[in-house]
Order: sequence, then structure tokens, then C-alpha cells
Amino acid sequence: MIADTRPLAEFYQRDRTLHPPAFAQNYKTSVPRSPKQALISMENTISEITGPRFGHTDLGPLDHDLLKNFAKDGDPVGERIIVHGRVLDENGRPVPNTLVEIWQANAGGRYRHKKDMYLAPIDPNFGGCGRTMTDENGYYFFRTVKPGAYPWRNWVNNWRPAHIHVSVFGTAFAQRLITQMYFEGDPLIAKCPIVNTVPDADAIDRLIAPLDMNASIPLDSLAYKFDIVLRGRRSTLFENRLEGN
Amino acid sequence: MPQSLDYLKETASQTAGPYVHIGLAPGAAGFQIFDQELGQEIAGPNAAGERITIKGRVIDGTGAPVKDVLLETWQANAAGVYAHAEDPRHAQVEDGFRGWGRVITNFETGDFTFDTIKPGSVRGRNGSTQAPHISIWIVARGINVGLNTRMYFDDEDNSADPVIKLIEQQHRRETLLAKRQSDGTYLFEIYLQGDKETVFFDV
Ligand SMILES: [Fe+3]
Repeated sequence: MIADTRPLAEFYQRDRTLHPPAFAQNYKTSVPRSPKQALISMENTISEITGPRFGHTDLGPLDHDLLKNFAKDGDPVGERIIVHGRVLDENGRPVPNTLVEIWQANAGGRYRHKKDMYLAPIDPNFGGCGRTMTDENGYYFFRTVKPGAYPWRNWVNNWRPAHIHVSVFGTAFAQRLITQMYFEGDPLIAKCPIVNTVPDADAIDRLIAPLDMNASIPLDSLAYKFDIVLRGRRSTLFENRLEGN
Repeated sequence: MPQSLDYLKETASQTAGPYVHIGLAPGAAGFQIFDQELGQEIAGPNAAGERITIKGRVIDGTGAPVKDVLLETWQANAAGVYAHAEDPRHAQVEDGFRGWGRVITNFETGDFTFDTIKPGSVRGRNGSTQAPHISIWIVARGINVGLNTRMYFDDEDNSADPVIKLIEQQHRRETLLAKRQSDGTYLFEIYLQGDKETVFFDV
């Protein structure tokens, strides 16, 4: 258990105009999997302002290093990169000690998953997942290889831009988020029906990690920076209203 | 132009996709990588209370089970205490009780099952009491933003629950009830769409 001394407070309402709608015609699988009824809006209770917490004992020492965490007889094939950034909330405050999990295809665009049948080969030295905890400043980093683009069945010739799936917890069940990180300069981003489920152009831009030469390691790895913003919380005490009037 | 508010904007959600298991449950994806996978045990061996098993499926708008779904569950212990620093009584939680789990389906059938303890009731807003419930968050290919719902129990008194009471249509309240079966397990089916569509919340 990690001590968290910030005041008990609920979260700002989620701005649904920045998120994809459940139903997105051009992302076909969403059609039968999208609720048609309106979501029921509810104010946070203790069930939403709490959530699972993790500690370093949950993780292994190589979990954040996708170059090494599944290596059998050498490093994985592909462009070596660092993915790093901070987890922040809408108030601009770092979210420390929170779990960040990632998964991705290998450099050829193939996932290590028994359901992925793409013809690009599995890389024997690449698992394709990693996890880490943010530090006291909300900072995290991973080492990995840049994932390849891959085709998927939607329209007959849709290709996913290179991307890394990112899962973040924050401090509360209300902050739970899964998103995808894209790479600056990829021409497939603008063509992707999944990217384009996001209705707000600026919100799409915020999913694109810029090349970060300052964080690269000369003669070793390039770097991309990806900051993640979770819902922010009110500064007023939750308890005042919870028990009050 | 007025001054700007210095808030950041929440990162947009994107679907977890069909291979969510690689990241969150790699054993199910078909490989062993981490020393321990997270969310395998919700209650732990020391938790007091009734041990229960919940079985169910997530069903799409065509009536087919969603076989690649992943659910996360979050609950209080039998005394109604969350294992989280912001629950004032969290120090009372049993050693090893986490209250959080990851549930995946059988890829062939879409059936899921999970074991936990029945949670106690927890306080609600304004002095109210919430009936025992498990919060559930659902992600999958084709789900663009994780869906929040709650599972209540059909053998509990849910009549005063302040969240259930937000649901105007009486028959839709039923969609949140896990139904006790003759073998003692609970059945909880989640319908993403259609006549029996489950109530989802904007929390
Ligand atoms: Fe993907």
C-alpha cells in the first residue's frame, strides 16, 4: 500500500467530446459492440475515488525493458527506442507510483498472440509487453523496438500506423485509461479508422509522440516522449459533501 | 480573449484491441514472461466473508459472445472497506486482500468465471448506503472507451441503493443484478447492445 496524503476529492467530469464515441461507423467492430442507450451519469462515490494500487514488489527488474525481458539468444530485431514521459493529471500534477503497462507488435508488425495470424514472423527474442511504475515525479520509461505497421480486417486495405498500446491506472478506478501512442511523422496515422474515432484533432495530436533527440542515447537508441494525462480532481474535500447536505 | 485556464486535457481513449491480453494477461496470449501476472487473485486467502463464484459472458448486439473481452473488477471486502488509502478504514483490510481482479474469457466460448468474496455495503454520498456491489470496467476490440458498470446481487436488498435509483426505467435496473443459481454460483451476463442492454455509467 502506498500512502497518499492528498485530500479526499472527487474527479472532474470526463470530457466526452475528447474521447471517441462508442459507435464509430468506420471502425466496424464498434458497430455491434457499442451501447445504444445513454450512459447514466453518476457523481463519484468511494467506489470510484479508490482503486488498485501497486508496488515494486509486483514487478520484476526487467519488466520495463522489452529489449531484454523476453530475450532468449540476443536482442530483438528492429529500431531500438526509448519511450518515456510523465503521467500527469488535468491539474498538471504528476501522478507518482502508478502502474503503466504497454504492449505492441514486433518490428515486423506481428504480435506474439495465439490469435494473430499475420504473415510477418514472430521474433524469438521479443515478447512485446512491459510494465513499470512512475517515480515520485510521475516519470516512466521503457526500452523497446519500434513496432511495425500491420494490416487489419476492416476495409480491405486498412493498415494500423505503428503504435504502442498503453494502460494506466492513476490513483482511482475513475481514472482508468487505455490508449495508444503513435509516432511523429507516420503517414498512416491520418488514414487510420481507429485513430479517427477520436473526434477532436488536437486530441489526436496529443496521441502522437515526438522524436526526442535529447533523450536518445548516442550510438544506441532513439527516443520518443509520450506524456499521459489522467482525469484531475477537485481541490475541495470530498468528505464535506459526502457526509454533508 | 480572457485568460487561459491552465488545465491539461485528458488523453483520449483508444480501443484496447484484440491483443489486450499480451499487455495485461500474457499467459492468456500464450506466453510466460513475468514472474507474476497481476489481478489473478481478487480476495486472497485471508479475507473474511462468503466465498463466491461469478460466471457470465459479455454479449454483443448480434447476440454473440464477445470472446476477446477483458474485465477489471474492483470491490470492498466483506466489511465494506476498500484496500486503498482513501478509505478511512483501509488499515482493517485483511492481509492479501486487494479487491481488484482481471477477468478474461475462454477464447472459444466467451465464458468467464471469477472467484472472490461477497463485498459488504459501503457508504454512499450524503449519508446514504450503497448495496454490496462490484465495480466493473470492460475493454475489448471495438470498445473505444472502457465501459463502466456495476454488478449487484439479486439476493441482497438493493432497494435503497442511490446509484441504482439513478436509473429511471425499472426494468433496466435488473441488468445490474447477478442472479444466484441453484448451484450457489452467480450468473452475470453483460449485454453491450439491444433489448437487454446493460446499464453503463459515466462515473
Ligand atoms: Fe495494436
